[in-house]
Amino acid sequence: MQFSESWLRSLCNPALSTDELCHLLTMAGLEVEACEPAAPAFNNVVIAQIKTAEKHPDADKLKLCTVDAGEAELLQIVCGAPNAAVGMKIPCARVGATLPGDFNIKKAKVRGIESFGMLCSARELGLSQEHDGILALPDDAPVGKDFREYLDLDDKKITIKLTPNRADCLSLLGIAREVSALTGAPLNAPASKTIPATISDERKIVLDAPDACPRYLGRIVKGVSAVSPAPTWVKQRLERSGIRSISALVDITNYVMLELGQPLHAFDNDELSGAIHVRYPATGEQLLLLNEQTVTPSGDTALIADDAKPLALAGIMGGEHSGISDSTKDLFLECAFFAPDAIAGKARTLGFSSDASHRYERGVDFDLQRSAIERATELILAICGGPSTHCGPVTEAVAPAHLPTRQPVRLRVARADKVLGISLRREKIEAILKGLGLQVANDGEDFLVTPPSFRFDIRIEEDLIEELARIHGYDNIPSPPPTARMAMMPAGETERSPMSVRRLVSERGYHEVVNFSFVEAAWEADLAANANPITLANPIASQMSVMRSSLIGGLVANLQTNLRRQISRVRVFEIGRGFLRHEGADPVPGFKQPLRLAGLAAGSASPEQWATPARPVDFYDVKADVDALLAPQRASYRPVQHPALHPGRSAEVVVNGEVIGVMGELHPQWVQKYELGKAPVVFELDLAAVQAQAFPAFSEISRFPAVTRDLALVVDRATALQRVIDCLTSAAPAICRSISLFDQYQGKGLAESEKSLAFHIVMQDTQRTLEDAEVDAAIGKILDAATRELAAKLRA
Amino acid sequence: MFRPHSVTIMSASLEQLVTLAAADFAAATEPAQLEDAKARYLGKDGSLTTQLKALGKLPPDERKTAGAAINLAKQAVESALTARRDALQSAKLNAQLAAEALDITLPGRGTERGTIHPVMRTLDRIEQLFRSIGFSVADGPEIETDWHNFTALNTPEKHPARSMHDTFYLLGNDGKPHEDVLLRTHTSPVQIRAMLAHTEKYKDAAAIPELRIICPGRVYRVDSDATHSPMFHQVEGLWVGKNVSFADLKGVVADFLRSFFESDDLKVRFRPSFFPFTEPSAEIDVAFMSGALEGRWLEIAGCGMVHPNVLRCGGFDPEKYTGFAFGMGPDRLTMLRYGINDLRLFFDGDLRFLAQFH
Repeated sequence: MQFSESWLRSLCNPALSTDELCHLLTMAGLEVEACEPAAPAFNNVVIAQIKTAEKHPDADKLKLCTVDAGEAELLQIVCGAPNAAVGMKIPCARVGATLPGDFNIKKAKVRGIESFGMLCSARELGLSQEHDGILALPDDAPVGKDFREYLDLDDKKITIKLTPNRADCLSLLGIAREVSALTGAPLNAPASKTIPATISDERKIVLDAPDACPRYLGRIVKGVSAVSPAPTWVKQRLERSGIRSISALVDITNYVMLELGQPLHAFDNDELSGAIHVRYPATGEQLLLLNEQTVTPSGDTALIADDAKPLALAGIMGGEHSGISDSTKDLFLECAFFAPDAIAGKARTLGFSSDASHRYERGVDFDLQRSAIERATELILAICGGPSTHCGPVTEAVAPAHLPTRQPVRLRVARADKVLGISLRREKIEAILKGLGLQVANDGEDFLVTPPSFRFDIRIEEDLIEELARIHGYDNIPSPPPTARMAMMPAGETERSPMSVRRLVSERGYHEVVNFSFVEAAWEADLAANANPITLANPIASQMSVMRSSLIGGLVANLQTNLRRQISRVRVFEIGRGFLRHEGADPVPGFKQPLRLAGLAAGSASPEQWATPARPVDFYDVKADVDALLAPQRASYRPVQHPALHPGRSAEVVVNGEVIGVMGELHPQWVQKYELGKAPVVFELDLAAVQAQAFPAFSEISRFPAVTRDLALVVDRATALQRVIDCLTSAAPAICRSISLFDQYQGKGLAESEKSLAFHIVMQDTQRTLEDAEVDAAIGKILDAATRELAAKLRA
Repeated sequence: MFRPHSVTIMSASLEQLVTLAAADFAAATEPAQLEDAKARYLGKDGSLTTQLKALGKLPPDERKTAGAAINLAKQAVESALTARRDALQSAKLNAQLAAEALDITLPGRGTERGTIHPVMRTLDRIEQLFRSIGFSVADGPEIETDWHNFTALNTPEKHPARSMHDTFYLLGNDGKPHEDVLLRTHTSPVQIRAMLAHTEKYKDAAAIPELRIICPGRVYRVDSDATHSPMFHQVEGLWVGKNVSFADLKGVVADFLRSFFESDDLKVRFRPSFFPFTEPSAEIDVAFMSGALEGRWLEIAGCGMVHPNVLRCGGFDPEKYTGFAFGMGPDRLTMLRYGINDLRLFFDGDLRFLAQFH
């Protein structure tokens, strides 16, 4: 809502500067978004009249004028404007004036002739882009008067950002009412005149949709001059309130809407036939609107119609054919109350919004229509009227049962104090509520408060408490440190927070990213083999149209981004949700939304360095990272087929028998398609599994010496280490503390199909020193199992 | 090797011997040379040894005096020997140390640390600050039901926020927008879930203990330009109890903002606003007293007393319990704190940006 400060001050003028006024409004919930001058700064410009204008003796396009600027002597000024003429009144910048753009007016010689000032165009004063010549002022403009004062150019254009509950402030009157309540300055509401009918012409009004339109007032005004320009003061107020001046009649309806908050519509009476009906449309009924859009309103959108045809979308926009034009002589003025629920969302559905629908859907004062139609009539008669102008009586149709009601709301003083945390005196409460125009009655300790017809936002006690806080001032409510009962906040030792996980991953060189949860459908198809992803109904772009089921796509895109920026070593990770279809999902059925931790490593294994030979990151680097993240839990790895990954270089990660994620090299197919150069290694794990921590289990430390034996086994090259370890472990007697691989060898001395795996086997007992014999027996048992189950040979 | 004193050793006096030995030792530059020199004086046939041996031939009355003199000379030679030995050893060690010296300006071996996303740093700080006054962290789904996201938050059917213009909806199996689910537009539905879980947990208790939570997370709106991202972060706070007031809300939030920005002179103001789920409602503005944004009011959060309808949806009786809630944008807080000028950097994955947040 934009408005002219001086217009507001004509209705309520508190002793506050502009800045103070803006602060007051902001702190009352009418946030001032902008406060701009009506005109740029300039000074020393006065109204002057051209007394003589002759051709400059030495220049064809210049004129030599003498000008009365209200001083003792006439000023001689050289002027280049083609429209400068004797008798014309114009703004004149005197010597010493500063015009917009820091342009100083000095005494000057123009082609040899002295000039004492400048006659100004609207553009030179920064008032508009018009530069057809100097700005002609009305004949009654007082010579010598300061030009800024004359056009009230020190006025400010104030824009407030209104919250949807404050429809009552969509008018100057509403804002003035608020300022008056806040400051105590008197409210000078426009006087409501009754304009008597001078003819009996009227149209019958039929309310066929009383739920949408419980009150409709109409009036015929005949013999108006539609082409009359609106007077400067109307134009100025409208323009400074952000509404373009169109024609006097349209300007007047807009003026009344801004002044009082009541939208009005003027029909060309000659285009109407018979009675006015407010009704719902017939199926398929169409209407061409003023914005040249043809609409087929839905069945619950009320229309204004005459006996023959639809005329307008009720409370939203008038129709093209019945609207007023320059040739309109007689008009039918509409002033109605449309129910907010009947208007809400309708314009938006049709793809536009209008000042009328904006107001109606938030709530227009349902008692305002009569004074508004009288106010509009008054202005029409004064501006577009003449001796042959006549107006008919105001015809009102009303369906009282459908008008909004205002129920008293109980306000308990103690409740207000409790909610606000302050203590307000009864008298203060009463004064605040009355100041806002609310009716206040006492009921024992409580107040019964009835809101006025212009307030749609006061229905429950909290609404009143908010008003108390607002007018008392949020600033005046203290902000003490709160008090509460203290209680420990236990945190389980077997779970670490996502933030600790972040720290762990970043310690290992990964940088955290945040990627969008909606991704390209191709990523889902390629990297998750997801042919039926969860799809957005209204994506902002096609590459953000489906919900990701995997975080890997985003990380691959991060790699692309960085490669494009010449960064080849990339380690990134993300913690976020994947989204999967799942009927029994909790808490939102149909959509499983697990939190995941995913990472990607590409480029050299270590940062570029002098000390370590460079080599590309590989599977085992990232496996070490995954192991470190899961520690002290021990993961096992099983071969897996995953759409994103190289089938021979990928694994599912298993902890406590459950698959908690995957890791591996990106499939060469995607490396090529996404132009990644070398294959990155990725992992994606359930965050919950990484957060889980084993509770430390104490075991006694042996005081007896340990015995270490080495065992080198030759097995088939395709045998997975895990299989060998599983075999050795299950065969090992209890005295075996650990079996760990220390070497893998393939090559000379072994067959092409063979490899050698060498293990340290540590044996120890907590109660005694081990005998050689039992150590030998244990190794024998292990070796037997390996020979039997894996066809392993002892390496020579 | 040239040994200038060797010919005169036998005939020299004891004082001369000591002097000769010291000079001899000093001339030795290697331990082997020193040992050779030692042998010449203290060895089996060394000159001092020889003199000691010759004592027996002296008359007894002279023997004692001469013996003492020789012993003194021997001690002097031995101490010169030890001194030279130490000197040689320490020279050797110094030479070794000098040879082993490293260019300590070469970088250390090993890997680099990564970073935590700046917005997550902010969320972590927010969590820690609120944890310190007894708030715990609650989480909720991002594909959310319409009821939790809107209805339970007192946002009526026709509220503009429910239109396709602001909310991302999902396609159902029939190819039409799903009516019951959406991408959450704020973290406020977590309030509802947390309240319901809390009131259910204590449904048989005489009084429900206070509920103090913050809910950080991702939220989604159909909006994308230099200052809006279709996905962004929010953190919601909620405190419900028997005596929670608007003054408490002001106290907590002002304390938080000053702590978060580590600025005691940060100006904080609350001004009336409107949200369907709180009443009274407020916008929170801050103004810094220094820096590029000095003196400008910056909108930073929305808050208010939880609307009675919302408390009811959460299972609380609004006559007995009151509460406040606030919601703020950690993305914006992060931008203000670190002076970041473009929201899009957060979602771009550019390592040149991310690596700055060590």
